[in-house]
Amino acid sequence: MILTIAKKEFRSLFAAPSTWWMLALLQFLFAWFYFGRMDDYLQVQAQLAQLDNAPGATISIAAPLCSVLALMLMMLIPLFTMRLIAEERRNQTWVLLLAAPVPAAHIVLGKFLGLMLLLVLIVMGAAALLATLLLGTHADIGLMLADILGVLLLAATYAALGLYFSALSKQPLVAAAGALGLSFGLWLLELGASDNRSYLRAISPNAHFQNLNMGLVNSADLAYFALVIATLLWLTIRQLNDERDRAA
Amino acid sequence: MTALLTLSARNLMRRHDDRLVVNDVSLELRHGEVLGLLGHNGAGKSTTLQMLTGALPPHSGQIEVCGFDLKQQPQQAKSCIGFLPEHPPLYRDMRVDDYLLYVARLHRVPSGKLAAALNQAKQRCGLHDCGKKLVGTLSKGYQQRVGIAQAIIHNPAVVVLDEPTVGLDPAQIRDIRALIRELGNSSSVILSTHMLNEVESLCDRVLILKQGRLIYSGSSAEMLGNGNMEEAFMQITENKAASA
Repeated sequence: MILTIAKKEFRSLFAAPSTWWMLALLQFLFAWFYFGRMDDYLQVQAQLAQLDNAPGATISIAAPLCSVLALMLMMLIPLFTMRLIAEERRNQTWVLLLAAPVPAAHIVLGKFLGLMLLLVLIVMGAAALLATLLLGTHADIGLMLADILGVLLLAATYAALGLYFSALSKQPLVAAAGALGLSFGLWLLELGASDNRSYLRAISPNAHFQNLNMGLVNSADLAYFALVIATLLWLTIRQLNDERDRAA
Repeated sequence: MTALLTLSARNLMRRHDDRLVVNDVSLELRHGEVLGLLGHNGAGKSTTLQMLTGALPPHSGQIEVCGFDLKQQPQQAKSCIGFLPEHPPLYRDMRVDDYLLYVARLHRVPSGKLAAALNQAKQRCGLHDCGKKLVGTLSKGYQQRVGIAQAIIHNPAVVVLDEPTVGLDPAQIRDIRALIRELGNSSSVILSTHMLNEVESLCDRVLILKQGRLIYSGSSAEMLGNGNMEEAFMQITENKAASA
């Protein structure tokens, strides 16, 4: 049942022209940044080469690109998640799922998985671009993989957050604005944190992403993402169950 | 003759703010029966039907479908029901075939029987030529047919139809009525409608709601008496209004 819903959501997301526009725009921006970073790197490469233990092409090009991608995904994902539940309510198709013999958990996991398939595709598009570094240099594959893992985990967190807001609202735009507002707030938390050990950093998903972004795969960060995603999905399921049971 | 009880609801109650939209409604439906739900606009027909299908929880009361309690065993109970809401729940960007298959999968039709279920539903609702079309490009009448097809694709024991013939042309209305009659033989049907001749020609029994209360329950032949349906309906609703 989860897979049935996931497949349908994936296909529906793909059927919307707006998705294609977003994908095209995202890939274009990403390529733009890629060449920009490449250009910068080539200009300072000669000076870098004189340093001991100089930063390589991967950390100078791929890592910043992945932070840019993370930021772009933060802004885009609420636009996808708002469609998943809030828009179904507005279009009065939600009743189909309510009257079908499908538990709320399957609905939520199915929708989350469907969106994740699309997000994986987006990240793979970006990864393919990064892989072109391999053509010209000895790229640090471990760092790249950590980066991609980080972007995926961060995207999954934003997707779970967006899904929760989508479940709270009947208005797609309110759901999108709420999710974007909170994602942005969490991102700012990281900027606002005074030092590395601040608890603000511990809350912000972006801070945990930055470790992966630098190639540091830390079990604490992985646990953080797993916990946050699971909690948000659980909250979403609870919200839907409450709505079904609470006769309000 | 007492046929198998497929659906029973006891003392259903649903408030909206402080107003009782459905007030102490009880009903029973037997296998092979077509039950008509009548009432003015805002009488609580749609709310009642939504509660029967599990789309809306009642504030109090109990619903059993094919022996399964809708609250305790929602999955089993819901798999016995097909529901066409007031606004058909259609995804406009899907093709008719894909949409119907999706609904069939949601209702746990085994994958080996999907193709047969799809063909039967399309054939019953006159949709054989529309499989590849996008739902959003169909006319209102055809969208209504797709709505009915999604309600019957899994061969449910109970079919709940909220104003199934609204927006259809006369020929389509005739076809859909024939379909409802056919459904009435193999399963049980509850339908709400404003068209009294529909009740006369289709329904075995009639329930009339007024301001959330059940004010009449009887066979359609009884209700018809010697006069015509319209007069009988007006008489029942007006009388109750006077006595209330």
